[in-house]
Amino acid sequence: MSDTIARPDRFGSNAGQPMTRRDGLAKVTGTATFAADNAREGLLHAVYVPATIARGRVASLRTDAAEAHPGVIRVITPANRPALPGDPEAKPTRFSFAIEVLQDDLVRYAGQPVALVVAETIEAATEGARLVTATYEADPPRTDLDDAPDFGIDTPDFGAPGDVVHGDPEAGHAAASTAIDATYEIAPQYHNAMETHAIVAEWDGDRLLLDTPSQALSMSCAAYAYLFDIPVENVTLRSPYLGGGFGSKAIPNGPLVLAIIAARDLARPVKLMLTRQQMFGPVGHRGQTRQRIRLGADGDGALTVIDHENLAATSSFEMFLEPASNASQGLYAAKALRSRHRGVRLDIGTPGPMRAPGEASGSAVLECAVDEIAEAAGMDPLDFRLKNYAETEPGTGRPYSSKALRECYARGAEAFGWKDRPREPGKMRDEAGLLVGWGMGTAFFPSPMFAAEARATLRADGTAIVETSAADMGQGAWTSLAQIAADSLGLPLDSVEFRSGHSALPDGGVAGGSGHTATAGGALHAAGGNVIRQLGEMAAEQPDSPLFGAGNARLRAHGGRLHVEGDETRSDALVDILARAGKSELVASGKASRPDEDAKRHAMNSHGAVFAEIRVDPDLGQMRVTRLVGAFAAGRIINPRLAESQLKGGMIWGISFALHEEARHDRRTGRIVNADLAEYRVPVNADVRGLEVITVHEDDAYVNALGIKGVGEIGITGTVGAIGNAIHHATGKRFRRFPIRPRDLLAT
Amino acid sequence: MRPFDFVRPNSVAEALAAWEPGAAYLGGGTNLVDLMKTGALRPGRVIDITRLPDLSAIEVAADGSARIGALVRNADLARAAEILRAYPMVAEALLSGASGQLRNAATLGGNLVQHTRCAYFMDAHAACNRRDPGAGCDARGGAADNMAILGHSPACIATNPSDLCVPLVALDASVEIAGPDGGREMPLAAFHMLPGDTPSEATALRPGELIVALHMPPGAADFAHHARYLKVRERTSYAFALVSAAAAFRMEGARIGAARLTLGSVAAKPWRIEEAEDLLAGQMPDDALFARAADAATAGAAPSNDNAWKIELARRTAIRALKMAASGTPDRMPALPASPFGALEAPAHV
Repeated sequence: MSDTIARPDRFGSNAGQPMTRRDGLAKVTGTATFAADNAREGLLHAVYVPATIARGRVASLRTDAAEAHPGVIRVITPANRPALPGDPEAKPTRFSFAIEVLQDDLVRYAGQPVALVVAETIEAATEGARLVTATYEADPPRTDLDDAPDFGIDTPDFGAPGDVVHGDPEAGHAAASTAIDATYEIAPQYHNAMETHAIVAEWDGDRLLLDTPSQALSMSCAAYAYLFDIPVENVTLRSPYLGGGFGSKAIPNGPLVLAIIAARDLARPVKLMLTRQQMFGPVGHRGQTRQRIRLGADGDGALTVIDHENLAATSSFEMFLEPASNASQGLYAAKALRSRHRGVRLDIGTPGPMRAPGEASGSAVLECAVDEIAEAAGMDPLDFRLKNYAETEPGTGRPYSSKALRECYARGAEAFGWKDRPREPGKMRDEAGLLVGWGMGTAFFPSPMFAAEARATLRADGTAIVETSAADMGQGAWTSLAQIAADSLGLPLDSVEFRSGHSALPDGGVAGGSGHTATAGGALHAAGGNVIRQLGEMAAEQPDSPLFGAGNARLRAHGGRLHVEGDETRSDALVDILARAGKSELVASGKASRPDEDAKRHAMNSHGAVFAEIRVDPDLGQMRVTRLVGAFAAGRIINPRLAESQLKGGMIWGISFALHEEARHDRRTGRIVNADLAEYRVPVNADVRGLEVITVHEDDAYVNALGIKGVGEIGITGTVGAIGNAIHHATGKRFRRFPIRPRDLLAT
Repeated sequence: MRPFDFVRPNSVAEALAAWEPGAAYLGGGTNLVDLMKTGALRPGRVIDITRLPDLSAIEVAADGSARIGALVRNADLARAAEILRAYPMVAEALLSGASGQLRNAATLGGNLVQHTRCAYFMDAHAACNRRDPGAGCDARGGAADNMAILGHSPACIATNPSDLCVPLVALDASVEIAGPDGGREMPLAAFHMLPGDTPSEATALRPGELIVALHMPPGAADFAHHARYLKVRERTSYAFALVSAAAAFRMEGARIGAARLTLGSVAAKPWRIEEAEDLLAGQMPDDALFARAADAATAGAAPSNDNAWKIELARRTAIRALKMAASGTPDRMPALPASPFGALEAPAHV
């Protein structure tokens, strides 16, 4: 058996082209229908009452004023909540979390729903929710990593990362002639997609219709079916557009389920949409981490050990530890690697996967540490990284399926002008006298693949319908998946109707883990390929076809025709083959996933190099990233325009991580005091200057049939460290807490 | 939000007549509506004054004085040629605030009465003497950023977040007020109140009174050639100030004839420092002099929670603003107004 996947057509007429977003016009003109845009006959509005303490129990709930408020239909509390057949703390799917749906009077975190008000108007529901008065028996909240004892992981699982050790870390420490030992803190971050979580739920008997943004349609349907004890095929979930997901919309949450409960109880459609403030609680976040990292290097600058310890916050009732220290595996050729994880249970909403979960937080620390030890070893940070370049996966020795990181370093450094960087910090100033610093980081993200299905239907008129339930979070799946679908049939994009975002379609898998294009695209490619294969078989038996008797000849579809590979003169139109067979259409399904043996044989990752320039006004603590150059190798790029946009978005997220994002708790109440987008800061346009993305082409024969690695998350990695290192290069100071704030600069 | 009456008067007299206890005047709504949504403010009646006639004019006289209607939008004020010429740091402060969209909506009068950004004032579930007299102050010992270092009291440590008011106080602006008992005019410096024991009295406005105009005194334009607003913040745009400063000089030859220095976001009102101004007057500008002036500016400062860092930042901001003013008002508005990065390449958006 060959150890390469038979190489399919890499670049068809559509894939590889920088097509503009097919949904762009609808979005900018406001005609794209997001979940909360759905209005229904008899629609009711639900607003939940958030807990104002973080730990304790609800002692009393007064609902009479709310119930008397004009327009209020029902106030649902733990005392009168209609029964939910499923256990809200069960895990019906792989990515399930315990949810808070008024099952008891316990308060687990500030912002947890303690009552739900349903009314005829959003205004009445909002005021009704305000009129519900709760009293609490409060215990002192635990909201910081030092507030509770830490614990280790006994049984690794989703959200419970296991320790990984390769080689002998202690020997690595002992062998080091240069060593660094640093501890970093990373503040909690909240996803805050532009579109807040929303749902319109309607029951028809035991059939449930949901309009709600979802990154994982089939898994969400399974979870709702379990919770309400109905067949999964009775759940219809429509999610054509998401205003961002970032991991938060992959997992059903309590408020959404409460709306479904209310809709069933009242036998009317119910809409619930979270306010911006409510996004800071029941819908996941990137948990706070404290990471200790110790690196050792020998006299030649070769890493002897990377020893990375992670302490991560989770909720008091559920497990999700940001797997930060895992980022130290698989990248640098250290003789010993150790990634350890411990957790702390706090009175916070359960953390969850947030864009580059683990890698974002871990890379920030690793890349700063590498910079620090390079400096200690007297080496340029890029030279140090090249010295420790891993030709095979460190620890396991597995070959990489492809790895053009060296070219990323070279092209990024060239575009940035890295060779002109003075080694010593504090030596560069701009024309206005501000400090200038240059820093870099390596970007790294796994290239996973999930399982998906798709269906392709070729019609007699030469058009096709290609379908999968895959979700577009805003990343461009509507466009790039359609490009793959059209190529799989050898048709121009305009001849293909691409259907997506609906649970009745074949399961498109999960839009997450940077694996969506590979996964859903793989299924589409297979479905179209199966149509073409059947057509080829039909043509080979049609005496009137130019392909009659072609038999085992390799056939390729493009331009609406089937061609014998290597003999372009011998071809037949798809529609003619169909017509001769007397068929009005030809339907085929396709599936994609990665065989376990492929996954074991090769290490599969995207790589990149990010170079940052920052200007610092040290007197006033002001920092501004003025250039950010990222060079990325991520396999085959389906749509360069959209991929570049994704990578830029990731790099901007890196600015956000490095300099801005931080949720702050009041230590007395446990409430987050900056739960809005004025005070929970993300970068604005003026914070993003000089952004440049370079994509380095990789042919990867192993990662999947299409050679796609994914670009969704890698842009964050590398960038945070590059900015931290640039600040060090500008100021000579190391800041060991993210975000780095003006006051931190002033404190030194 | 709770149901409220909405009235839309057609004259100042009608607006005043429409007022009742618990009513709120609505200008651009960029602050009031947000706070109504969070539940921090719950007016029973909202009086939309945006249709009132004759409150949208900008009139600058030859002597450097001006009358600016209360309904002039921030964006219009910032881009008015006569404002840019006569009071450039007023325009610079305006352009450093909020976003283009908000500046298009926000009004001058509304800016003068905008509420503190204290997280505990905005959170209806928190104890706040400013919102609910006698309730206590959760901001003390809390996690809110950006609390006062000057003029705070045991009852309240909030700051006034306005950019605009900082240079206006520096330039001796005054407020023209209409009220049920007739009109009056008062210095803007006396308009915002320090909290003392009564932080709920954020301004000197009496019940039912309405700001109708702002006046700049004769001579305010004399500072136009050496006038800067500097705003230190946690992102390059669309953020409230950690600390800001308006600094201006009327030069007499190489000497400072008169100086103005006001700090923003350090107290419940723009913090004018006359001691520093006196110290600067008649002197040759230099760094040591500016440092002494800045020391005077922050002499009485004290942290109100974990914000001692802000005192040193205020001192440095004052020094920098004085230096920037000494080097002269730029010929053109910087691409990034009020920013230490203002000299960098022009951005497309601010």
